[in-house]
Amino acid sequence: MELIKPGTKIDFIRLAPWAIGLSWTLILIGLMSFVLRGGPNYGIDFAGGTMMHVRFAQKPPIGDIRHVLEPLGFGDVTIQDFGSGTAGSAEFLIRLPLKEAQMETANKQVISALQQKFGENSFEMLRIEMVGPRVGAELRTRAILAVLFSTVMMGAYIWFRFDVRFGIGAAVALLHDVLITAGALSIVNYEFDLTVVAALLTIVGFSVNDTVIISDRIRENMRKRPRDALAAIINSSINETLSRTVLTTGTAILVILSLFFLGGNVIHGFAFALLVGFSVGTYSSIYVSSPIVLYLQRGTARRQR
Amino acid sequence: MKSSNLLYRVLLVVGLTVMAVVCLIPTLVPNLPDTWKGLLPDRRVHLGLDLQGGTHLVLTVDVAKAIESALERNLDDVKREATEAKVGVEHAERRGNRLVVGLTSADSRTPFTDLIKERFPNLAIETSSTVDSRPTFELAFTKREEQHLRDFALEQSLETIRNRIDQFGVTEPTIQRQGTQDILVQLPGIQDPQRAKDLIGRTAQLEFKLLSTVPDADNSVAGTQPLPAGTQVLSGEPETGTGRARRVQYLVESKTLMTGDTISDATVRPATQMEGPYVALELNARGAKLFEELTSRSVGRRLAIVLDNTVYSAPVIRERIGGGRASITGNFDIKEARDLAIVLRAGALPAPVSIAEERTVGPSLGKDSIRQGITSFLVGGGLVIVFMLFYYKFAGVLADMALILNVVFLVAVLAAFQATLTLPGLAGIVLTLGMAVDANVLINERIREELRLGKTARAAIENGYERALPAILDSNITTFLSGLILFQFGSGPVKGFAVTLCIGIVTTVFTAVFCTRVVYDYLLSSRQIRTVSV
Repeated sequence: MELIKPGTKIDFIRLAPWAIGLSWTLILIGLMSFVLRGGPNYGIDFAGGTMMHVRFAQKPPIGDIRHVLEPLGFGDVTIQDFGSGTAGSAEFLIRLPLKEAQMETANKQVISALQQKFGENSFEMLRIEMVGPRVGAELRTRAILAVLFSTVMMGAYIWFRFDVRFGIGAAVALLHDVLITAGALSIVNYEFDLTVVAALLTIVGFSVNDTVIISDRIRENMRKRPRDALAAIINSSINETLSRTVLTTGTAILVILSLFFLGGNVIHGFAFALLVGFSVGTYSSIYVSSPIVLYLQRGTARRQR
Repeated sequence: MKSSNLLYRVLLVVGLTVMAVVCLIPTLVPNLPDTWKGLLPDRRVHLGLDLQGGTHLVLTVDVAKAIESALERNLDDVKREATEAKVGVEHAERRGNRLVVGLTSADSRTPFTDLIKERFPNLAIETSSTVDSRPTFELAFTKREEQHLRDFALEQSLETIRNRIDQFGVTEPTIQRQGTQDILVQLPGIQDPQRAKDLIGRTAQLEFKLLSTVPDADNSVAGTQPLPAGTQVLSGEPETGTGRARRVQYLVESKTLMTGDTISDATVRPATQMEGPYVALELNARGAKLFEELTSRSVGRRLAIVLDNTVYSAPVIRERIGGGRASITGNFDIKEARDLAIVLRAGALPAPVSIAEERTVGPSLGKDSIRQGITSFLVGGGLVIVFMLFYYKFAGVLADMALILNVVFLVAVLAAFQATLTLPGLAGIVLTLGMAVDANVLINERIREELRLGKTARAAIENGYERALPAILDSNITTFLSGLILFQFGSGPVKGFAVTLCIGIVTTVFTAVFCTRVVYDYLLSSRQIRTVSV
């Protein structure tokens, strides 16, 4: 069976200007979403605060829960419907903002308030997470450093294995993928938490794979056909590896879809980030890193003349 | 390729596979008969807190408080030694992390500095000034002493918390230092996280103090008149059952007569008809002597038993009490009494601790997560297997075998290292399934290209593997690198993901490249195939 016929010749480079326009549009839409939402929607891992995941045997109106929690004076409490389970049960995420003085007693207070209103055995605490201000700030710094560091390290590795043009191309492509994925998360309003950062780092690792494969082929073809123009070589290299690109991304997306739909709502954000990142990562190895190599080459050629 | 070489490679693959299966048995079959247990490795995959349920806590030890109370103890010693050495001290007090000592006259200056140098090498004179010919000194711990106190406070807190958890009864807890001021505590599978938190976080500073006998104590307590010198107000336990929690206020003498470090044992006594359950204390020799002295001196007065600045009871001392026995009564049920006995036995924390991070997962969520993780693993893996079969036919069968072997090796390595499997870790295994076939795809696409160029099966396979290898290695190394960074960065569940991702890469390269090649070489050498089906 063959999805991509051998001898396929799509002129990817001709479409590159359009692709660059598309990339910028996607990045800007993402950034716009950040601006409109007033910054990233940090989960409690990074913002600090308390999160409680409750399962009610019988779904209560969300307003009732809000009504119970309001008098406790936590300020801006958010209650999110987290889907329903079997036999009419319903799950909610209750999130309390960071208030140092109340941190340690907060979940006790919420539990006893819910017990008074709904009865002792009407609900079950599935998860409680509490992150203090110091830990939150630490995790935030480390997350940003980890993503930046891995991007730079991938660029450096490609530089070492190929040359500086490929290295820059790879690093820009990774930054592109991370930005678009983060933007997509902001648009659908998923929280940024530790698992999302794990997803971003995985995306960096996966996206660089494609870049490596295509770069490897470009280098091989440059040796085989030293007289051909770089644009032509890049084009045929992308075409020759296209079948592999489609297959690998395809199988990866297959398992991610399975995680997204069947893996449970705890890792929904993680699976969503992977889904977006892997798709964008594949596109960026074709349309971001390779054209950058081409432009850098043309730049040096012009200077040499 | 020589056949002897091939033989070694076949043996290697078969040997490793057998080892992997052996490593897997304890994980897959938890209830093995005893005769088998002796033969098999006693290592299995541990489930992370997010899968089996449990509590993860990061506790911050308030080391500054420990330094302050050490300074407080030194203050008493400085005063006493100065008096003994006849150095005129006008006033001495602690301000923050400094001791401020004012002398009566300039003549005392040299004797005082000599005294500090000789008797208190752990204290350093930070500043000295003279007001109205009276010298004033500011003393602080030396840097080394301060560091020592910090370490000691952290070590002792760790030890105390470990004792408490051991007595509480948690199987396989993790208790370790983290950084310069934190303690990491992981309690797998506990049913009542709130109770465990209360038990761990309690300072449990037990003090015996006398109630003040000033005539109008009530006014001082109510705040309508200033507190008499050397006294303080402490509240009693909240009274239960009255709806609103009202606390009795006590006026006590500030001086602590005895502390909890004199306790050698604490046990719970069940409730009687007269009173609720209480905690019986057994004192060590020093404590017994102190207690006897203290009770004989103060017959008729009330003795406040204070735990973490709350008065539990304040009985009247009726007679001298010898024998080193005391008891704490109060409004508690049997559970609370038991926890109280545990913290008294395990000793007080040298400094207050606060919870900096908590992650608790209930058992039912863990079960759901395992079920969902396995479902997505089976469905995702199944889809990939079917797809490869259709796309590459025979080469697909090989890739699928490599994939299954890959999962066997991956989980076996996790078991052999006794690694912890978390929900993101499970997701990492699923993801490995999707990304592992990349190596096979690369090889097979190359073989197809070579075949199209008109090469023989043998040449196409050899070239295919050879040409695909650099790209496979590069792409796996980069993913491995980002996995390493993730491992450095992450905590708990995320670390679990990094671990499965990295191990998955190693097993992928082995199974997808090495193992499949062995099969091809075997088939080629025994001339079972002339053509190759990809």
